[in-house]
Parts: sequence; C-alpha cells; structure tokens
Amino acid sequence: MQRALAVLLVVVASVVSAGCMGDDSSDNSAAGTQTTDKTPVTITFWSPFTDREQGVINNGIARFEKAYPWIKVKSVGAITADKITAAIHAGNAPDVAAMFETDNLGAFCNSGAWTDLNDRIDADKLDMEQFPKTIRDYTAYGDKRCAMPLLADAYGFYYNKTLLQKAGITGSPKTVDELADYAKRLTQRNPDGSLKIVGFDPLLNWYENAPVHWGPMWGATWMKDGKSGLSKDPAWEEMLRWQKKLVDWYGYDKLVRWQAGAGDEFSPSNAFETGKVALILDGEYRTAFLKAEHPEVKYGTAPHPTSKPDLYGSGFVIGTIMGLPKGAKHAEAGWQLLKFMATDTDTLAEMSNGLHNVPSTIESQNSPKLTKDPLFATFLDIFKNEKSSTQPVLKIGSQNQTLFTSFIEKWQAGRVKDEDLHAGLENVDKQIDAALEQAGGEVP
Amino acid sequence: MSSTPVVEGPRALAGPVRDRRRARRKAAWRRRALVLGLMSPWLVGFTVFFGYPLVSSAYLSLTHYDLLSPPRWVGLANYRFLFQQDQQVWPAVKNTLWLMAIAVPLQVMFAFGVALLLTRARRGVGFFRTVFYLPALAPPVAATLGFVYLLNPATGPVNVILGHLGIEGPLWFNSPTWSKPSLALLGMWGVGNLMIIFLAALIDVPRHLYESALIDGAGPLQRLRWVTLPTISPVILFAVVIGVIESLQYFTQAYVAASVATGQAASESAVNLGYPENSTLFYPVLLYSQGFRYFNMGYASAMAMLLLAVALTITLLILRSSRLWVFYQGAGRR
Repeated sequence: MQRALAVLLVVVASVVSAGCMGDDSSDNSAAGTQTTDKTPVTITFWSPFTDREQGVINNGIARFEKAYPWIKVKSVGAITADKITAAIHAGNAPDVAAMFETDNLGAFCNSGAWTDLNDRIDADKLDMEQFPKTIRDYTAYGDKRCAMPLLADAYGFYYNKTLLQKAGITGSPKTVDELADYAKRLTQRNPDGSLKIVGFDPLLNWYENAPVHWGPMWGATWMKDGKSGLSKDPAWEEMLRWQKKLVDWYGYDKLVRWQAGAGDEFSPSNAFETGKVALILDGEYRTAFLKAEHPEVKYGTAPHPTSKPDLYGSGFVIGTIMGLPKGAKHAEAGWQLLKFMATDTDTLAEMSNGLHNVPSTIESQNSPKLTKDPLFATFLDIFKNEKSSTQPVLKIGSQNQTLFTSFIEKWQAGRVKDEDLHAGLENVDKQIDAALEQAGGEVP
Repeated sequence: MSSTPVVEGPRALAGPVRDRRRARRKAAWRRRALVLGLMSPWLVGFTVFFGYPLVSSAYLSLTHYDLLSPPRWVGLANYRFLFQQDQQVWPAVKNTLWLMAIAVPLQVMFAFGVALLLTRARRGVGFFRTVFYLPALAPPVAATLGFVYLLNPATGPVNVILGHLGIEGPLWFNSPTWSKPSLALLGMWGVGNLMIIFLAALIDVPRHLYESALIDGAGPLQRLRWVTLPTISPVILFAVVIGVIESLQYFTQAYVAASVATGQAASESAVNLGYPENSTLFYPVLLYSQGFRYFNMGYASAMAMLLLAVALTITLLILRSSRLWVFYQGAGRR
C-alpha cells in the first residue's frame, strides 16, 4: 500500500512539475510578413462583442474576407480576458483576440502571451503615425507593441437640454466651478428631501464616474518617475476636495439612495436616458444607446468641464484592443486581419457608424463615409485633442485603480478627514508601489 | 539412523511453513491489490482533483506566476507581501471572520429554530417543510439578485413598506454597515438543507427521554437544554463545521451583490469587488481578484495556502472542542 502511494506521489510530482513548466514554445515568429502565401485558411477571431455590436464587427470582417479571399474568419463573440488567458494557457489560442479593456495588456505584453508586433510592423512598413499618440500609448507596454486598436472610446459630457432649459442654463459647463453651480441649480428634491433629479452625481464608482475618467478634468497624472504619483500631483487632491464639497451639498446618504433607484448603467433605465440626471460624464457610445433606447431625449454633447481653461476640449481616451496570442496557429493570416481591422479607412468608418465608436486612425476620422452627426462629432474632437490622455498600462492591470477607488469610497462617505487626505493618498501610493514591486512589474 | 528424523524434522517442517508464509503473503498482496483496485476511483479522483492542485498550489505560492509565462521562483516573497504589505488582506480577513462569528451561528440557530417549529406543527407540515426548503433550490446568483432587488434602498419592496410605516430603511447592500447583515439575511433565507438535517435529527430524538424529563418535572426550556440539544449535538457540530468551511469559501453572493449594487453589473472590472468600502471584500473575493483579475496567480496561491491552513486549524479546533459539548448516543460523554 505504502509503495503504491509512493508511486502515486511520484506521478503527481512529475505531473505537477510538467504542468508548472508550461509551454514556452511559440509559433509566432515574425518574419517578413508581406502577404505571399495565399493557401486557403480559416482563422479564429475572438472578441468581447455581442448581439448587434458583433454584427457590426462581422460586417467589417466580411470586408476583410472580400479583400483577402483566401482567408476565412470564424468570429466568436462574448469573450472575456479570462477565456483568452485560459486558451493561451491550454495551447488553444485563437488566431486573433480582442479585449474591451486595456487593463490586462501589461501582463499580456510582458509575458509574451500576446506577441510583440514590432517586427511585423517594421516588415510591412506600417506607419504607426496614422494612429493618434494616445492610441499608440494604450496599445503598448514599454517598447513592446503587442496590440492594435479596434476603434476607440472618448469621454465627454452629456447634458439634458430640456432640464437645462427649465433651469435657465444654455449649455454644458466649461469649468468645474460652473459644473458645481449647474449641478445645484439643476437638482430637484422631493417634498421629503430625497433627491428627485440630480444635476450632476459627484459620487465616484458610479456609472462612468471613475478616477481614470475624471482625472483629465483636472489634468491629473497617475505615475511619477516610475512610481504611483497620486499624492505627488496636487490635481488629485484638488479634484477630491471639489468632489467632497458637492457630495456634502447633496448629502452622501441621499445620493446613494438616489443612485440605488437610478437604474443599471447599460440598460434602458440608465439615469441619463430616463431624465433622472441632467449632466453626466460618459463615452461616445452613449449616443448609440440613446438613439436605440430613448430617441425622444433632447440632449447635447460637449467636452467635460476642466479646472484649467487650457485643458478644455480634452478628455479620457481608451479603446478596444486586438492582439496575436501566443500559440496562434495561423499567426500570419491573423496579422493580416489585425492590420486590416485597425487601419482600413472604409471599414473603420463603417464600423464607427454602426457602433458609434471613434474610428482609430486619423484618416478614418476624416473619412467622408463617416456619418455626420454633431452629437458624435464632439467625441471626434476630444479624441483629436492633443491634451486628451489615457491610463497607464501596468503589469498589475487595474489594481492601482481598485486601490485608489477603495480609498475614494471612504473619502466621499466622510470617513477620511480633510487634513488626512494627503496622508491617505500617500498610503494609496505606497500600496500601489508595493503591488508593482510584488508583481515584479517595473514601470516601462 | 534414529537421529535422522530428528535432524530432518525441522527441515521437513520448514518447507510447508515457508509455503504457508508465501501463500499468506500472496493472499495479503491480493487483498491489498483488491483494496487498491476498489479504491482506485477515489485514489485517481483524489490525486487528480485534490492532490495535484494542492501540490501545484503549494509550489506556485513560492513563485511569481502570471498564468501566461512559466513560474519564476521567488521563495517566500509572496508570503512576506501577504503578511507585511498587502493592506487589503486584513479587511478581507475581518469580513470573513464576521461571517464565521455572526452569520454562521445565525444560520445554524435559524435552521434549528425553523426545524423545531416544524416538529411542533400539527397541520400542513409537508407544506411548510417545502416552503422553508424551497429557497435552498434557488441558484446563488439568482437568489442574490433577488435580494439586491428586494433590499434596494430606493425602490425595493422592503424599504417601501418601511417607508409606509414612517421608517427610513437602511441602505442595505449600499452601506458598509448593512452589506454584511444583508448577506447574512440571504444566507438565513437559504438554510433549507440544514433545516432538513435538523428536522431529521429532531424527529430522531428518543421519545422516552422527553417522557423521563417530563416525569422529572422538566419544563419546555429544560427539555430543550438537557434532552434535545445534547441528543442532536453531533448534527450541530456538523452544521457548524460545514458553515465555517463555507464561510471561508464565501464568494458568489458577495461578488454578485457588489457588482449589482454599484449599478455596473455589466462591468468586468475588479474595481467594484468589495463594494461598498471593501465591506464585502471577503478573503476568497480578494484571492479571486489577485488570481484571475490581476493575473497574480503566485500570490493568489500563497493566499490559498494560508486559507487552507486556517480552515484546517479552525476545523481541528472545533472538532477538539466538540469533546466538551457533543454527545453520541450509546457512547457516553466523549
């Protein structure tokens, strides 16, 4: 019996060690990649899109198949980062994979799970300058460029024209002081004091009220000298003090109670779409939701207000990214799809019209095929603005945002004293730096 | 001549003895092989689904492993980070301890109370038994979504009714004070399985013990204290051990409640986990964030090893303490 158990242990140990070693091989060597091989091939494309949105992407893929008739694409939707990771790990990676978030790009790039595209870009003499700088920033980890953009998102302000008109306000606020003033004037309360209509909800961690989206309003930066710099950039403190003042004006509990009845963000009961909030920070995609779900809403779009006049017109920019996973069986054909979807002007314009996302090349932004819509044009301008910014790509993914948000939740609830704000931010920096160090994640 | 048989006697005996021994050894091996053969489904299952992951986790806890590239040996660095630097661990541990110290006893008492009432019911026992058991059949995600809806601070029926009574209801899942009690309520609602086990145990309490107690003049509370509780104490021990282990693995309800309560149910981000103010950041939720959101699997494995050690220690402590309060029928006091 003991001998049998010993044999079993040896088997277990060898299986464990084999499993732990992982498969380090990769067939994604990027030789000269100009298309020469036209052997018919079917490749797999995994994306997070679903339903209507996946249909729009599939139309783009159909254009690719027309241009590259020897390549057929099997498009699979509703894919999350976890599934991509599991597939790479199991050696069943798709030929091309896309993700909505850039949070995991640091880990994917650094580990080689998504292959570095630099050699292919050089071989094909692909001009990366056709993408705005922010896009080049969020598709690379240091000097490793292992992703290409698949359309982009720009964040700006939405205002309900009917509610603003009633309050005697003519347009979207341009400064944060105006925003606080408008927020108060637009707010309506029930007889019992509870909130009926909120001018602007200042609580973070609600809908798109995230530090990454708010930061550009104050020109706040995340990193300094390779370390977390939240306490070193006074803009964050300024932002949080402004926010707390407005939260206190509403009453924290009242806002939370109002939020609970405001409806889920990605549903037809979204608070802006149902007129429960007058001003909101959101991505350009909201224009598509409003058109589909509440075409009756009279609204306008504008850049978000800023703390400094020279920042006005800028905003937060991010987008869907695509890469070639390690172990892809048809990396060359996958690269052709990646390149086409990221750069073909007409395809980008068509997908942009369908998804109401920002087309990701400078040429496609000026395409005559792009539907002219002044509500959407605001976001194209934000996207082009030189001062628009994005989030840093870190090996710890969004852990820095999580830690910061945890602190902000306490701050906005009044559980951090004003005099302790700076020390609190220093502690968040300390936690982020420790996480970076623990992950072996040098900041590129 | 006559000495020959004397000398040959033992020799003559040695052959059969050896044969017998060999036969016995063979039989023993056959028995062992049979036992191993019969046990093989369990052995294979245990090795593949428990032994391998356990050994693998222990190894990975000593490495930096991002799930994508081969693990890199870092020694005890993950454990140092766990005990000395990660400021999210202590809130997660406190939340999990809260579950163990408050939610588990509440669940056990509630299940026991309901079972006790059902043993007293004279009519409609089957109906009530079904009604109280039904919630246990609800999938955890659906049950949590239901509770988040019921306890919505603005539109939920509970607060609406409280409002009609002139009471401003709490913020439930949106308040760090109320989020854990809300989850405890959800747990109490779903104690059907435990309730059925208690019911079976209560029905099994020998009638003659109650009769003896009655003759001795014991009232209802005394009968509960001195007859019912000692008799069903093994079941209470089972309920507590299972409850504690489940609380150490508490994940689904906290994950769903936090995501939905923020109004960002569609978000894949880990930012909402623990909402509000890390009050629902239980240890397994933090472990999940590290392992599957931040691809920090080496550290998540170290967290898992600590969880295993703590679960083992607590279970052993409960089992040891059970000698003082658990009684087995016919075995005297253990």
